[in-house]
Amino acid sequence: MTVLFGQLFTGISIGAVLLLIALGLALTFGQMNVINMAHGEFIMAGAYTTYVLQQSITGAGLSLVVALPVAFVVAGTMGVLLEVLLIRRLYARPLDTLLVTWGVSLMLQQLARDVFGSPNVQTRAPDLLTGNVALPGGLTIANNRLFILALALAAVAALTLALRLTPLGRRIRAVVQNRDLAAVSGIPTARVDRTTFFLGSGLAGLAGVALTLLGPIGPTMGTNLIIDAFLVVVVGGIGQLKGSVIVAFALGVLQATGEYLTTLSVAKVIVFVAIVAFLQWRPQGLFTLRTRSLA
Amino acid sequence: MTAVTPAPLSTATAPAAASAGAAPPSRSGGRSRLRTMAGFAFGAALLFAVAPLLLSDFRLALLAKYLCVAMVAVGIGIAWGRGGMLTLGQGVFFGLGGYAMAMHLKLADAGPGGMPDFMQLYGQLDELPLWWRPFASPWFALPATVLLPMAVAFGLGSLVFRRRVRGAYFAILSQALAAAMVILLIGQQGTTGGTNGLTDIKGFFGYDLDDPVNQRMVYFIIAGVLLALLALTRQLIQSRYGELLVAVRDGEERVRFLGYDPASVKLVAYVVAAGMAGLAGALFVPAVGIISPALIGIVPSIEFVIGVAVGGRATLLGPVLGAVAVAWARTALSERFPGTWTYLQGLLFVVVVAFLPGGLASLWALARRRDVGAQPARRGWSPLGRRRVERTEAA
Repeated sequence: MTVLFGQLFTGISIGAVLLLIALGLALTFGQMNVINMAHGEFIMAGAYTTYVLQQSITGAGLSLVVALPVAFVVAGTMGVLLEVLLIRRLYARPLDTLLVTWGVSLMLQQLARDVFGSPNVQTRAPDLLTGNVALPGGLTIANNRLFILALALAAVAALTLALRLTPLGRRIRAVVQNRDLAAVSGIPTARVDRTTFFLGSGLAGLAGVALTLLGPIGPTMGTNLIIDAFLVVVVGGIGQLKGSVIVAFALGVLQATGEYLTTLSVAKVIVFVAIVAFLQWRPQGLFTLRTRSLA
Repeated sequence: MTAVTPAPLSTATAPAAASAGAAPPSRSGGRSRLRTMAGFAFGAALLFAVAPLLLSDFRLALLAKYLCVAMVAVGIGIAWGRGGMLTLGQGVFFGLGGYAMAMHLKLADAGPGGMPDFMQLYGQLDELPLWWRPFASPWFALPATVLLPMAVAFGLGSLVFRRRVRGAYFAILSQALAAAMVILLIGQQGTTGGTNGLTDIKGFFGYDLDDPVNQRMVYFIIAGVLLALLALTRQLIQSRYGELLVAVRDGEERVRFLGYDPASVKLVAYVVAAGMAGLAGALFVPAVGIISPALIGIVPSIEFVIGVAVGGRATLLGPVLGAVAVAWARTALSERFPGTWTYLQGLLFVVVVAFLPGGLASLWALARRRDVGAQPARRGWSPLGRRRVERTEAA
């Protein structure tokens, strides 16, 4: 029983990391249909922001608290720059967007290597987040994992509320559902796109801050994370958030279970096969916006 | 797909917009055939006479390596350039071919009943794993270098194309396949060599690979295979099937309404591309003497694509020349300025794909004031309206 719960929580915490990374993609890819391969480098930017802040702010706890908004703005600004300079020109060509942003991600990685050096760097975690919570039954849960889970859930809640209740959210949803109709109704779609991109990229920055709690920061940290996150959005279905939330946790648990029963590498293959099998059943993802479009 | 984000109205700035829809390639008129023959003769002379005479053994070995990359590029040119399937996982097929060949050569090096050296090194194994055994026979291993990747491509392709998973979704899925393959190879270190891969391959069907003469022989084999693949590709893209493939790329739904099955059309192109990548991997092994996860993962897989984009994705020769040029530039630049190459490579992706989607071949066509039909139709007339064509491609 303990083992079962332990695995379940491992899965949930893998899922929380996935969710935090995928949430930004659910906005930029899911809502705007833009494949931004540089999203992983925005995560890296968030992580390095934490590192830089820790050089000047000595208290690990305080620097983490400061890093969250700063990383959000840093990564968000990078996203807006990318949107304005390149992606805006490529909305009709999603596959080309993928390759162009991959090029951007290569350059950002090399930039990180030149600025911070190739070796990984490490941040200090606040004392509060280094311990474990002991649960009855001999089960322990790492504090940093709990923090990430809470951060992921808070981000989902904030984003959901923002999309549901604020005027900005209403505009974003309008553009997602019917861009032309939104445009003729007086919604400045280009500005909405930019704001959406800012939010999505900013969420990548938050994910980067969270990841500093789990491991070292390196120039290539984004590359491996990004593919799993894209899969989450593809399987969850685009145009809404709940699919990504459910799928992130489901994939996390599947990964943890597979890892427990076999090995890490076999678990990855199991997850891939499961995704292909799932897409046989629901090629559009878990939830879809119903449209009358052919494609 | 859910298709809720049609393109904004104001993005008709892409250079591609200028060129009209894909004109069907002229069916082998007398002059065009003659020109093609002359082109092939010129290419053969270049590869078989000029290059071996001018280049040192070291440079020739490098060229052999580039030509292997070019073979993968030819396949990507078919799948992506003509078929619109951006496959970011060609490294998987390259790797399958490469590993099949390397396993056979390792076993041949070890002699009958022997085991590859690394298996003893990493411990525990007393005897050859079951799935290694068939590779001892060249009659199994050689066909496997091509058929194994084709089978994997067929399996994945028949599942996803039939369910209309396409565009970016397919690209992401193919990239995930590359990630899964690499993790699997590294995880099974005892039987696959792990991160190091299969290294230190000494012989090639009885010939010693350290001997420069034999290295030259490998180069000639590679050059010959590349020319054969090019001839095959030309036949393919000039055939009715080739036209259908372009039609599927530009308007999948319309092709479906005409009574064809786009899934099968795409599947053939994908499987052919996989076979070419497998063959390239198999020939890469004797040319370079190593196959490892670092050569077939996510990053190399997407690097295969950039050469194709630079040369001109939908042309016959563009992918080959682009792949060789990019690989050459990479060696030349990273020898001297290691960091600079990464910036340049990134810039190449951005500039070529965003501003010159037809690649260098489109400059050539522009100079000759001819539309080679190389550009995907992006703003064609359609009974469903202009925007729908874009959507089909986007979804």
